[in-house]
Amino acid sequence: MTFSPELEEKFARLLTIYPEGRQRSAVVPMLMFAQDEVGHVTPELIEEIAKRIGIPTVQIEEVVTYYSMLHQKPMGKYHVQICTNVSCMLTGGTELWERACQKLGIGHLQRTGDGQISLEEVECIGACSWAPALQVNYDFHHNVTPEKLDEILEACRKVN
Amino acid sequence: MAELVSLTIDGRTVQVPPGTLVIDAAKKIGVEVPAFCYYEGLSLQAACRMCLVEVEKMPKLMAGCTLPVAEGMVVRTETPTIAKARKSTLEFLLTNHPLDCPVCDKGGECELQDMVFRYGAGESRYTEIKHHVDEKQWSPVVYFDAPRCILCYRCVRICDEGMGVGALGVINRGVVSEIAPNKTDHLECDECGMCIDICPVGALTSGAYRYKTRPWEMQHVGTICTHCSNGCKTTLGVRNNEIMRGDNRDQSGVNGEFLCIKGRYAFDFYHHQERLQSPLVRKNGKLEPVSWKEALEAAAARLKAARDAGSKIGVIGSTRTSNEENFYLQKFARLGLGTNHIDHHRTGDVVTLLDALSGQKDALATTADLYEKPAIVVLGADLALEHPLLSFQIRANFRHHQARVYAVTEKPVREDKYAAAAIRCDAAGELAALETLREKLANEPELVIVFGDTVKGDAVRKLVAFGSSLGKPVKYVALVDYSNSRGAMDMGLVPELLPGYRPSGQTGMSAGEMVASGDLDMLYIVGANPLEGGQPLGGKPFVIVHEMFLTETAQAADIVFPASSAYEKNGTVTSVTGEVQQLKKAVQAMGTKPDLEILGLLVREMGLAAQIGPWTPDKVFQEIRETVPGYNMPLPVIATGGAVQTAPVNGRIEVDARPDLVRSSRDGLFTSGTLGRYSKVLNSVVEGRHHT
Ligand code: SF4
Ligand code: SF4
Ligand code: SF4
Ligand code: FES
Ligand code: FES
Repeated sequence: MTFSPELEEKFARLLTIYPEGRQRSAVVPMLMFAQDEVGHVTPELIEEIAKRIGIPTVQIEEVVTYYSMLHQKPMGKYHVQICTNVSCMLTGGTELWERACQKLGIGHLQRTGDGQISLEEVECIGACSWAPALQVNYDFHHNVTPEKLDEILEACRKVN
Repeated sequence: MAELVSLTIDGRTVQVPPGTLVIDAAKKIGVEVPAFCYYEGLSLQAACRMCLVEVEKMPKLMAGCTLPVAEGMVVRTETPTIAKARKSTLEFLLTNHPLDCPVCDKGGECELQDMVFRYGAGESRYTEIKHHVDEKQWSPVVYFDAPRCILCYRCVRICDEGMGVGALGVINRGVVSEIAPNKTDHLECDECGMCIDICPVGALTSGAYRYKTRPWEMQHVGTICTHCSNGCKTTLGVRNNEIMRGDNRDQSGVNGEFLCIKGRYAFDFYHHQERLQSPLVRKNGKLEPVSWKEALEAAAARLKAARDAGSKIGVIGSTRTSNEENFYLQKFARLGLGTNHIDHHRTGDVVTLLDALSGQKDALATTADLYEKPAIVVLGADLALEHPLLSFQIRANFRHHQARVYAVTEKPVREDKYAAAAIRCDAAGELAALETLREKLANEPELVIVFGDTVKGDAVRKLVAFGSSLGKPVKYVALVDYSNSRGAMDMGLVPELLPGYRPSGQTGMSAGEMVASGDLDMLYIVGANPLEGGQPLGGKPFVIVHEMFLTETAQAADIVFPASSAYEKNGTVTSVTGEVQQLKKAVQAMGTKPDLEILGLLVREMGLAAQIGPWTPDKVFQEIRETVPGYNMPLPVIATGGAVQTAPVNGRIEVDARPDLVRSSRDGLFTSGTLGRYSKVLNSVVEGRHHT
């Protein structure tokens, strides 16, 4: 597999920053960066990273299936993650989640037909002080109201 | 050595080296701390919480499997608090457990069952629907039943650390975590079954054994694997004269718990449908079944006539028959038939090694040495495929003692991954490559050198000279192929040597020469297939064969005796490292007789009984102990299933060792000479097709 020069550079660095023999520590960051570029974690990506680190593929699969932020099927261009854990649930998170599902006509870990948006119901994202909160790709949105949610989704739909 | 640490466990004082884990310290005084995930020799996991112990001045229960001892520590391993904690752990383990013990293979020898029996947790407070996953088949050998799994990770670790394969992992998390194979829905691995046997519960089961029997219905017979020279003890579970399984859970033998696919599953050849069950005699050009009496009389008459007429008789022995059979065969050939044309398929240059080591002490490595010595050199062999146990030992040595391993081979090998140096060279170029390591090796305090069949003749002498020049203690292993390849040599199944490497002072034809010879009158072949691949005989000798199957050689015979396999007889065999161990009869295959008995009956029929002597395994072994140099070993050790290394020859062996005849078949993990053809399991695994 070939990656962009920037990603290659990141990979090269990641393989040198851990002590000799501990290169497997690079699995998580490599997968995260690669997912951002490739879109999701493909079988080829798993093999490639296994090869570069020199460990069996099944050890990469362990990590991929463990962490919910690593996806093995394509997500939308905008991956909307809505928290329904305690603080958010108490402040309307569940309603936000249901509203989003209804508006988009998709559910947990599904993606709109145009590939633009995907939804994920997530556990606490560490933004309890500003609950209810959600995350679009890496961007946080705090104190989200139904209106604000509509705006966010609308924006995701439009932007290319 | 650092000073010992003193602590109290269950009111008893114990002294152990610093760094010892509480669970091991307890074991030292005979206290068993329950454990699922802890497994001696594997990395620590601390995943199951069964090993909780109370330690004075520590506020919470501690995991005994990861807690190192400290001076003055006071530990209790069985208290009401602990029992309650263990019971709760078990209750959790059972929440999604299917409780299908009545049909589970492991029922009766399951560690989870035992623990629940001990601590209770018979009632569950869990009212949710159990999470169910269907059973999966990952290979002809390995099945996985996820609901029974307690996620102890033993299988994952033995495969990665012990086998160096790393075919298993744990995917997902929480209640849906499960063990997964390396190829998503199937396994491509060594198919050794180590993961199955190490599983404390019935989550991993074997294709060979599943749903066939209950553990308590079997008799367990510890014998030696017949497939390669490594001499693993395999404990055969036998019910109604049928072998149900092979394992070595009691960790007896030179192999501890190790077995490869062949020792664990490839016993299945013994009931292959083509197994010969009656003697055959050629009549009108066709091999016809006849009675033993008829076949023995016909063979005896022929042999007698040939001997009396001074005809040329050739004898080819086996690399899988017992020492007793080999010894008796050469005696029969030399004394009974008056011929010195006797040979077997030679697979390693043991003779030159023993000769070159003349005068040196402690220069032959044992299986244990490969685990214990600080540095190991592997020359010209792919141990993981060709000598699985030796490879396992060296890997364990690296893991546990940080041994330096030097691999000098033609192709990449499994040892490369952790080797201190991995060097590629042409076959037979090993010595030159070794020279480049001289400085490193000279710095090693001690060394074991293992070499394959490309190092033979002069190369062996040069190798020994190289070893001696390092000025450090060096031990050697000359690799040979089959379960008693070494014993065939030791027992003098070659023209130039009598048993115990005493020169015969006579010449004789090699196996190849006998096959090619145009003027041989009779050929007597015991458990060998020199006509493999359809190679024709050079002349028209009368051929008598002992065989289990109608091999190419048996098809060309005039008389065929149906022979017992190693699992159907008593006797001894000698491993690649010269360690002698006992074969124990597990089953009786209908219509067959052990080679020793066939020879004995023939000797009697020929009126030679007084001359050649008795033919029970015990009596012949006694004679071997009394007359064969190197074999005067303590009987009780052998008789109780132990291994004793033969004493070194320690003198010159002044013969032409015929290195030109040395050729290994290079059997891999999934082949076993002619015998391998008749094992369904070896022919069923996909890896077999990749490797060879
Ligand atoms: S059979 Fe052996 S090699 Fe295959 S997964 Fe199990 S332990 Fe690993
Ligand atoms: S399959 Fe067996 S050995 Fe593997 S984790 Fe589960 S219980 Fe442990
Ligand atoms: S390593 Fe050799 S002796 Fe051991 S089980 Fe495998 S084939 Fe048998
Ligand atoms: S519960 Fe939603 S951010 Fe913490
Ligand atoms: S044996 Fe200690 S936690 Fe499993």
